Amino acid sequence: MSPETKTARQKFEVKLGVATREAFGRALVELGRENKDVVVVDADLSKSTMTTYFAKEFPERFFSCGIAEANMVGVGAGLAMSGKIPFVASFSVFAVNKGFEQMRVCGAYGRSNLKVVGTHSGISIGEDGPSQMSVEEIALASSLAGFVVLAPADEVSCKALVRAAAAYDGPVFIRTGRPKAAIVHSANQKFEIGKAVEVAGGSDVTIVANGLLVAQALLAADALEAEGVSVRVIDMHTVKPLDRDAIAKAAAETKAIVVAEEHLVDGGLGVKVAQVVAETYPCAMEFVGIHDRYAESGQPDELLEKYGLVARDVAAAVRKVIARRQ
Amino acid sequence: MSKTIEELQPISRRVRRDIVEMITAAKSGHPGGSLSAVEILVELYFNTMRIDPANPKWADRDRFILSKGHAAPVLYSVMAERGYPDAPKEKLNSLRQYGSVFQGHPDMRFIPSLEASTGSLGQGLSLGLGMALGARLDGRPSRIYVMLGDGEIQEGQIWEAAMAAAFHKVDNLVAIVDYNHIQLDGFVKDIMEVAPLAEKWRSFGWHVAEIDGHDPRAIRSAFEEAAATKGKPTCLVAHTVKGKGVSFMENNPKFHGVAPTADELKLALQELN
Repeated sequence: MSPETKTARQKFEVKLGVATREAFGRALVELGRENKDVVVVDADLSKSTMTTYFAKEFPERFFSCGIAEANMVGVGAGLAMSGKIPFVASFSVFAVNKGFEQMRVCGAYGRSNLKVVGTHSGISIGEDGPSQMSVEEIALASSLAGFVVLAPADEVSCKALVRAAAAYDGPVFIRTGRPKAAIVHSANQKFEIGKAVEVAGGSDVTIVANGLLVAQALLAADALEAEGVSVRVIDMHTVKPLDRDAIAKAAAETKAIVVAEEHLVDGGLGVKVAQVVAETYPCAMEFVGIHDRYAESGQPDELLEKYGLVARDVAAAVRKVIARRQ
Repeated sequence: MSKTIEELQPISRRVRRDIVEMITAAKSGHPGGSLSAVEILVELYFNTMRIDPANPKWADRDRFILSKGHAAPVLYSVMAERGYPDAPKEKLNSLRQYGSVFQGHPDMRFIPSLEASTGSLGQGLSLGLGMALGARLDGRPSRIYVMLGDGEIQEGQIWEAAMAAAFHKVDNLVAIVDYNHIQLDGFVKDIMEVAPLAEKWRSFGWHVAEIDGHDPRAIRSAFEEAAATKGKPTCLVAHTVKGKGVSFMENNPKFHGVAPTADELKLALQELN
């Protein structure tokens, strides 16, 4: 598409789909039916991680570890080493923080076919508050050599990426969320690990986002289009390996980039995109994310608003980056 | 392969010589906890385990995980003696040196026949449990053996795995605690007491056998007892002597993680003749 046709694109309308954790739970059941080697290990959160669907249909392939995440990840790795395709699941904050050493030694260094799925990621878990909120796990998981790190935005991409993770031979972390997520992809969109998806074409500025922030980026893009700014929006569902070509192209063509994510700015998607920009076509950048603090209890929407993770914040960052470029 | 008890003894002697030679050549390493585990590994690799060094990824094989990865020299020497092509005997003295397959701690990237890359304590039993569950799911006869250090079981993850293994009733999993009473900083009782060991494992739902970990007959019959135990995992509490076989290393905390000097090597080899 040329930039001219892109400005005529349809406005984004928020239509809520299921939560990405729900999409994960459903995808697992499909995988379980197709492949008897798919197994699940959980740590007393199956009703929240939605692995309960798998547990009901395949009880003999579902292994409860109790509230013991380090052992859960280790058992998952052992199952992988005996030829299984294990999905170990918990809240992101527990799976990654408590299972990190096991992800490192048994998943990354041991190069096992381990799939770790974190649910209830970011601050949009809401009422439970900071002890249950994971805002560091993209940084942590990405620091493990050889790990693939995925952060799907909606049910369409989540289902496809869970399947891609199962088909991929090696350690994968998938970040999913608690609240219902706006659908940003068409049902027939194809997904490939490491290949970003352009969800809106544009020529003046690029927003690179993942997770819930993709929908917010699209809303921001509509507001900015009304001001005459042509905005490209990229769903960077794979944080590692990063789609360097899509970033370099965006930097070269739009010469201004905003990165938006529901994660600490330190060590998140933004710094990884910035590294590629620095190495290819340096340009002005702004970062929307959580800045060096913990959130609090509240409804997800209230928290996203307060902590600067809604369309208004993304649009403000775009205006700022354009002003800096000029 | 099955060997008589008498046939195992010269192998154990050669392995002990290898261990002190390798670590002396490396100028660093962990002789004490390698020497304490010799008879157990020799019995596993030369009699108890169903393995084929020429076909190390055989799906139905038994597996051994050295969770106390710092005792790598005993594992390397036993695998070399057993004829694993990726653990060449003539290269044992390259231990810990740049370019050697005999890394400081067991590393599957360099020796694919290893069952796990270990070294960060506390993780091997969880891996073993996963492997045991995988084998059971597939109806494979594989049995999984995991060697733990007595200091290592201070790690909380061990007890998470112990609880889970009994809960899942895996009877194809055997934990062996190399109960040599010494860890890096000194005697286990002075750093963090782990006794009473047998009672702890029993209360976690395991079948427990207490044995002299240097008595080849006792080791063999304990593994037979484990194989005959149904519906629960077995823990062998193996009473051993740190530095076993070398008088000045025995029960000496210094030789947890210090290499012998050239003179000490001479003395050690005289004793091991």
